[in-house]
Amino acid sequence: MSAFLSYLLNGLAVGCAIALIASGLVVIHRVTGVVNFAQGTFAVVAGLCASSLLGMGLPHGLSEVAAVLAGAVAGLLTGLAAIGRRGTSPLSALIVTLGVGVLAYAVEIVLWGDQPRSAPGLAGSVTIAGARIQTQHLLVICVTAATFVLIALFFGRTYLGKALTACASNPYAARVVGIDTRRMGLLAFAIGGLLGGLAGVLITPLRPISFDTDVTLIVNGFAAAVFGALTRPVITLIGALLLGVAETMAAGYGYGSHQLEVALGLMILVMIVQASRRSTIHEETV
Amino acid sequence: MIDVTDLVVSYGTATALDHVTLSVRQGEMVALLGPNGAGKSTLANTLAGILAPVSGTVRIGGRLALIPEGRQLFPDMSVADNLALGGWRSGQRDPSAVYELLPRLAELAGRRAGVLSGGEQQMVAFGRAMMARPEALVVDELSLGLAPTVTADLAAHLAELNREHGLTVLLIEQNARLAFELCHRAYVLESGRLVAEGESAELAEDPRVASAYLGGAIT
Ligand SMILES: Nc1ncnc2c1ncn2[C@@H]1O[C@H](COP(=O)(O)OP(=O)(O)OP(=O)(O)O)[C@@H](O)[C@H]1O
Ligand SMILES: [Mg+2]
Repeated sequence: MSAFLSYLLNGLAVGCAIALIASGLVVIHRVTGVVNFAQGTFAVVAGLCASSLLGMGLPHGLSEVAAVLAGAVAGLLTGLAAIGRRGTSPLSALIVTLGVGVLAYAVEIVLWGDQPRSAPGLAGSVTIAGARIQTQHLLVICVTAATFVLIALFFGRTYLGKALTACASNPYAARVVGIDTRRMGLLAFAIGGLLGGLAGVLITPLRPISFDTDVTLIVNGFAAAVFGALTRPVITLIGALLLGVAETMAAGYGYGSHQLEVALGLMILVMIVQASRRSTIHEETV
Repeated sequence: MIDVTDLVVSYGTATALDHVTLSVRQGEMVALLGPNGAGKSTLANTLAGILAPVSGTVRIGGRLALIPEGRQLFPDMSVADNLALGGWRSGQRDPSAVYELLPRLAELAGRRAGVLSGGEQQMVAFGRAMMARPEALVVDELSLGLAPTVTADLAAHLAELNREHGLTVLLIEQNARLAFELCHRAYVLESGRLVAEGESAELAEDPRVASAYLGGAIT
């Protein structure tokens, strides 16, 4: 029983990291219409930065914040490459983000080598309802919960958040009222980088990260984001938590090598269901 | 207030505006008529800075707002949020001045813009443009798809703003009768070129204009 509970809590922590990756995808897609395949890269860059900064003796807190900001800068640079030129279609921007992800491999290998790196997180563990849970797991869960609340408040309540939403809702109308949709898109990419960076910094103490970890991250994050139709944050969060728990359970009960297949299988299932549902609606309205 | 000289605008290789020259003086209310595809909306979008000219110049002597063709609201947002976003450029966030002008909008404030009727949506688009505190207003098809009484109501507001606040208006219309009634001067655009201009009274007498835009002259 307590094994089950600790798998569940660990799974939730992993799911939270996935959710942060996915929420970055959703923010960027909502504002720009671009599916950003470099989203995992932001997490890798931030995770590797955190491990280096801590290795250089910088204190906790400062290192993590700097690493998350590095993720945001990576996001902004990706945005400049993907949508910096006026009139780039979302599809060509998507291809650019794939290119950025591959280019990032080269940069990361030059800077950090190709071996996985870890970073110390919060040490120790606490016992909740008879289950031991690592403090770092708890930290991941709390930070993610706080981040999702902040994102919801930002997009739902602030003027800037509404202007960002306006760009997605009707880009032409956004330009009619004078909103610079390109700059808003870049801002969305920076926020996406921030969220990806947060995921990377939180997960590096749990799972060593290397240049190609972005594949696992983006597959999982994309699966969760697709679950929320790339627009709905709450459903995305639920999808991410389910994925995290399912994968941790699979690993815990001895199917550890099949984690990625679990994510891919679920993603394809969701896509097929959604595609068929969408075509039904389409047939009804035509 | 609005000075357009020798303006050429194209979409790829297709020329939508071909050396157009027109002007609207401060406080004037001028109509722009023309059949579908004449380039009226292209001109409106160029004046609003959304489209860039290939050649020629556009000079705007003050803050300009556009009521775009087909309202173009943010459908999932409330009326209040739509209005607030209209103040993006001017920095005006509080819609109370617009509620005073269009009291109906205050009643609709909490409703989602996408579920409103066509007339209500056009009123939101009107209010959203006024949030920019414009000195010049371009209206792209005020009457499109609206009942005559709704159009008359909006037109009255427009005329009042022009008369009492000196708002400069360029009114793009398919309904020439309405346009001639509201505006003392008009331009006629066809296939990207200006083909006629003058006082509304004169144009209404012009047999070509009458047959094309006033439902056929008797001759
Ligand atoms: N986004 C676009 N891409 C390519 N061509 C366009 C685009 N928008 C308009 N056009 C073309 O430019 C020409 C002028 O179009 P415009 O919308 O300015 O006409 P309009 O006078 O506003 O017509 P309507 O009365 O139907 O609104 C048309 O031939 C149209 O097909
Ligand atoms: Mg038009």
